[in-house]
Amino acid sequence: MRRIDYKLIADLVPHGSTVLDLACGDGELLNQLIRDKGVRGSGVDVSQEAVEACVTKGLSVFHGDLDAGLADFADGSHDVVILSMSLQQLRRPRMIVREMVRVGRQAIVSFPNFAHWTPRLQLFLGGRMPVSRDLPHQWWDTPNIHLCTIKDFRALCLEEGLRIEHELYLSGIHTQPPQRAVLPNLMARLAIFAVTRC
Amino acid sequence: MPRVVMTAAKRTDRKEIGDVAMGLGADAGSAGIVRTKHVTFDQPSQELALEGGGTLAPFTVAFETYGKLSERKDNAILVTHALSGDAHVAGRHSANDQRPGWWDMMIGPGKGLDTDKYFVISSNVIGGCSGSTGPASENPATGRPYGTDFPIITIADMVNAQAMLLDHLGVEKLLAAVGGSMGGMQVLEWAVSHPGRVHLCLPLATAARQPTQAIAFNEVGRQAIMADPDWRGGHYYDGKPPAKGLSVARMVGHITYLSDEAMQEKFGRRLRDIHDYSFTFSADFEVESYLRHQGLSFTNRFDANTYLYITRALDYFDLTRRHGSLVQAFRDVTARFLVLAFSSDWLHPPYQLKEIVSALRATHKHVSYYEVESHYGHDAFLLEREKMEGIIGAFLASGARTFVPAS
Repeated sequence: MRRIDYKLIADLVPHGSTVLDLACGDGELLNQLIRDKGVRGSGVDVSQEAVEACVTKGLSVFHGDLDAGLADFADGSHDVVILSMSLQQLRRPRMIVREMVRVGRQAIVSFPNFAHWTPRLQLFLGGRMPVSRDLPHQWWDTPNIHLCTIKDFRALCLEEGLRIEHELYLSGIHTQPPQRAVLPNLMARLAIFAVTRC
Repeated sequence: MPRVVMTAAKRTDRKEIGDVAMGLGADAGSAGIVRTKHVTFDQPSQELALEGGGTLAPFTVAFETYGKLSERKDNAILVTHALSGDAHVAGRHSANDQRPGWWDMMIGPGKGLDTDKYFVISSNVIGGCSGSTGPASENPATGRPYGTDFPIITIADMVNAQAMLLDHLGVEKLLAAVGGSMGGMQVLEWAVSHPGRVHLCLPLATAARQPTQAIAFNEVGRQAIMADPDWRGGHYYDGKPPAKGLSVARMVGHITYLSDEAMQEKFGRRLRDIHDYSFTFSADFEVESYLRHQGLSFTNRFDANTYLYITRALDYFDLTRRHGSLVQAFRDVTARFLVLAFSSDWLHPPYQLKEIVSALRATHKHVSYYEVESHYGHDAFLLEREKMEGIIGAFLASGARTFVPAS
């Protein structure tokens, strides 16, 4: 099944642009962007399996650790830098957002919204760390070390002086977004932000 | 005795043994029993114009091939060797040959460079001493070995000689050029000097310009050779070779191929066959004895003048020199790149490989970078089969799907 979040991200990416996909995994999003939007794309990932999977697909990929920043990438070298569903796994998320808008004209970040009503309820009523379809890990083995909410990310953008060009909400990676967003910080499971430097 | 004659004699031996051994069956995954072949370019149109001026003619290139060239001629891979390598990259020269080719772990049926799919070519560089024309070869002007009358050659010259070998083999365009260290420099030179003739480039543990520290170590090696009284200005072929000097050069080189951790693990401070210090200058430590052995055994198979010439070629290598900048040097590159670095390599640390990647990326070339985690130092590219085979195989397979024949 095609991922709706990938489609929404693709809609934000200009045709033929240069794209850098951070934590690109097996390169599926990149592949779609190259195929559907004719982008010149490359990825970055820290895992050997991911790099090998990308090379198998014929993608251009850089083996690197995002926690060390993007020192190997020049200022303004890309039109769009994407970080899909991985912000919460990085040690220094604020630094990487800064790096994204340094390397790219536009940054697209998607992440699970920790203020969705299900984690809120689990914590409020159950008194336990939330475990759900989107965040399936127990607290002691989760790779998600920096979870945030839609409001949190907006606040970070404000502090970093970033302009929010688009803000999209989803209730799942395979679920069509609602026509109108009502109380997104409560109702959206995922959010996609497109930001630029002011 | 001039070395060219020795090589010719050795070749005949190998052929006879090889022919007998053919029926014995090769070990699994091995390229089997192989033979070094030679081609001599002696036509007036086949002079090799050298980067440093002058020409080399006639000249011979020693080479080996594994697998079969496809009908569409779209499966040829050139493997280029490092300082002390030769054309014998895979398989064995005879059934009881103790030492397979220098990258046998990567080349053979079902291996990273799968000889069931690919036609693998390797050759000894010019200036070398393993069958290709070098300082030990006969100088046609004098009828005696060249010695230091051999012209200075560069990485670009080596590559141009390989291009002539490919013409000879009927290979218009390579699917891939693959090599580590000095071999990686040749791969880079291929991409820059013959952009239409190579589809994939796989440089490993190398640099786009020889780093200062590597020049420094090479200079120590050269000084050791030239300080040996047997070197005699490079014209020693009628007498004793400068074995002591070459051996010291190799010992220094060998240290740069290892890493602190690998040495610590392999030797520590262990003593050799003694329980306490001998309180002499004999090789008490295992590491000393190892280096002495490496140095000495090297002198049995390598020519000291070749060491001088090849380290010179390494030191002169700088892609920015002819083109102003690395980005500019790569401007006309059409090949796709997979650049491999090794974490503990201090001769060519990962930053030197990343420099290549950044320059290629500046003009949006197709380039991937992978850093192999290894404690083996520079030599890792000769050892870490399991960590490289998958990604190299994947890169070659994806390239085979996108190969465009020479226009």
